[in-house]
Amino acid sequence: MAGTVKAKHQRLVLLAIALVVLVAAVLLSAWALRNQASYFYVPSDIVARPPEPDRAVRLGGMVEKGSLKTAADGVTIHFVVSDGKAHVPVVFRGIVPSLFVEGSGVVAEGKMGTSGTFVADNLLAKHDENYVPREMQNMTRAQAKQVVAETQ
Amino acid sequence: MIAELGLAALWLAAALAALQLVAGVLGLTVRGASLGDAVRPVAIVQGLLALLAFACLVYVFAVTDLSVKLVALNSHSMKPLIYKIAGTWGNHEGSMLLWVTVMGLGGGFVALVERRLPERTMLATLAGQAFVSLGFYGFLLIASNPFERLSPVPAEGNGLNPLLQDLGLAFHPPTLYLGYVGLSIAFSFAIGALVTREVGPAFARAMRPWVLGAWIFLTIGITAGSYWAYYELGWGGWWFWDPVENASLMPWLAATALLHSVSVLASRDALRAWTIMLGVIAFSMSMIGTFLVRSGILTSVHAFAVDPQRGTFILVLLAIYIGGALALFGLRAGTVAEGERFAPVSREAALVFNNVMLCAILGIVLFGTLYPLLAEAMGAKVSVGPPYFNPMSALFAVPMLVVLMVGPLLRWRRDTFARVGRLLVIPAMLVIAAGILVVVIGGAPLLPFIGLVLAAGLAWASVLPLKGRNLRRVPLPVWGMVIAHFGIAVSLFGMSSESAFSIEKLVALRAGEVTQVGPWDVKLDSVEPVAGPNWTALEARLLVRYGDDGKVTQMLPQARGFWAPPQQTSESALLTRWNGQLYTVLGGEAPAARQAGDRWQLRLWWKPFAPLIWGGGLLIALGGVLALLGRAAADLKRISVKDKIASRRERQGR
Repeated sequence: MAGTVKAKHQRLVLLAIALVVLVAAVLLSAWALRNQASYFYVPSDIVARPPEPDRAVRLGGMVEKGSLKTAADGVTIHFVVSDGKAHVPVVFRGIVPSLFVEGSGVVAEGKMGTSGTFVADNLLAKHDENYVPREMQNMTRAQAKQVVAETQ
Repeated sequence: MIAELGLAALWLAAALAALQLVAGVLGLTVRGASLGDAVRPVAIVQGLLALLAFACLVYVFAVTDLSVKLVALNSHSMKPLIYKIAGTWGNHEGSMLLWVTVMGLGGGFVALVERRLPERTMLATLAGQAFVSLGFYGFLLIASNPFERLSPVPAEGNGLNPLLQDLGLAFHPPTLYLGYVGLSIAFSFAIGALVTREVGPAFARAMRPWVLGAWIFLTIGITAGSYWAYYELGWGGWWFWDPVENASLMPWLAATALLHSVSVLASRDALRAWTIMLGVIAFSMSMIGTFLVRSGILTSVHAFAVDPQRGTFILVLLAIYIGGALALFGLRAGTVAEGERFAPVSREAALVFNNVMLCAILGIVLFGTLYPLLAEAMGAKVSVGPPYFNPMSALFAVPMLVVLMVGPLLRWRRDTFARVGRLLVIPAMLVIAAGILVVVIGGAPLLPFIGLVLAAGLAWASVLPLKGRNLRRVPLPVWGMVIAHFGIAVSLFGMSSESAFSIEKLVALRAGEVTQVGPWDVKLDSVEPVAGPNWTALEARLLVRYGDDGKVTQMLPQARGFWAPPQQTSESALLTRWNGQLYTVLGGEAPAARQAGDRWQLRLWWKPFAPLIWGGGLLIALGGVLALLGRAAADLKRISVKDKIASRRERQGR
């Protein structure tokens, strides 16, 4: 078989195979991304249009003053994230980032529970002055002062 | 003074890069041929000047010259010396200077030692290298001058991000950059070959060691970076699909594909245009990675600063280089003659399969990394994580690993499955046995399960090319291939075992209390304050014991507070056994509940066989080193034989 295939034809066949696989890869990834990308919400969005319960999303906002409570096991915490308009209770089991305090900005990664409580499996707090979650940047500029003032 | 010297050296290096470009291009014409002789010396001096500029920057960091803005912003006089020096590249400007230095030195090194290429291809290659360097020199000098002075001189610097104050910073960025920028040489070779249309086995043999060198450094850089993130961030993970990790993985995928296709080109004179295209793509991925990281366009711990001017500048550079190279490829690829043919069952075909799968994974990773940007342009803020990357890349990695068991056993040009089928009986049985074993143990999700059974088969299959050969006479490159493929099996086993069998425990303990994690007993003995040169910390003394009758060992995780800049980090403590790693992190003080007494948060992981992830990575790199040594030795031998023949002829008066 191969002996009869001309070099030019072989090149075309190889090119076609490579293209087909790459196009398949791109189509597959486009399909997967639509299902797997995790969307960013602020509290008023997530209250108005809650995501499906199993979907991983991120919730960003300010930690409300006086809302942070540690459960009896010493490692589960409850707090409320707010953007000034809406308030979402969050539960998290783990070691909180050191810059996570009441009144600071936070991005919680996790899922919206059925009871309206957001179950976070990771918290991102402001790392240092060079690293701010990009979503928080816009928000701090536009709303942070007002939010902090309101939640104090 | 030293800073001005560095800046002058940088300008001179940029000017020489311009000269190198002009002389290289003119040297290709008939009338400018005499200029061609200048190109090699200019390339060498350019590299040395860049090195001088870099040395100047290291010096101002080492002595903490706060009148230099970059030092004042990123360093502090109280830091240990090693972090002062490593801090040189722990910031945007310094890391870009490291980039151009490596690039200049790489070009100079090629100019110094590479004698196998036809001189015209060499001129075009060095001109291409200068063209790329020039853009990055411009970027440094115009948009991010590392030697800028600051007036008035501040009393103290801002300090270095404490997460970066680790020995990892001394090794990880330089090795990764050697790999990233080393690929620029493959890129320039590809450009050179496209300009002169000389693509063939001789070209591939000249290009191979450079690709191999860059690939080795990339492999080590990624392995080291993964381990660094693993122990420094204290999250217990070793790969986060962070944009920056993807930025290093994408060039590696392209370079791995290139490495294999260049072998086909060197041995069999096939896959000509494909190899050239991979050469272009590999370095393009390095530049895209730099763009993603340095422009601050994506959120990442590595995004040092967000400055729109810089982002635009790098974007323009990218458009010129990648667009230009692809346009040149489009124009010239049709005129590169077809290579040799091969049958669908042959080593070439297996390598083509490997290449296509690697490119598909590359596409998946690239798409997933850029998708948040696309989505943001359309008004949605998304992030893409493991639920996308893991299954999608596995979809193409699994068939590739299956072919990897067979491919190295096949003959060039044409072969039959019947001939190699007998050899594969044992790996196939191992796959089945491992499958049954993992099912019996239980608890492994689908992807780790596939990983574990493939690792078992691949570990055996990877050493089969040595079967029936006199081990002393096996050439070094074959040893390299076997060891690198075996390393993939080892690493795959570590990854799968870590994700299938890790045990995590999160507790709050009082001093004296004991908890269990997997086979370990962990006792919190005490928590004491300790102090370092520029930090204070709370240090937990954990007494851990493996099983019921194991030896008691002490582990000391810390929660550190740095004061310049003020920041908390957690220093994890790791204990490695042959069958895994115990990973401990000290959190904060938990508020006392009803009972009295301080409780401390502890996060503990038992990660079976996790160290094999990085052990395998190092084996892969070792395989590359052996292959490189083998090729270099063969080249040296050939050169010395040529010299001998020449001198003998001279003696005989011919």
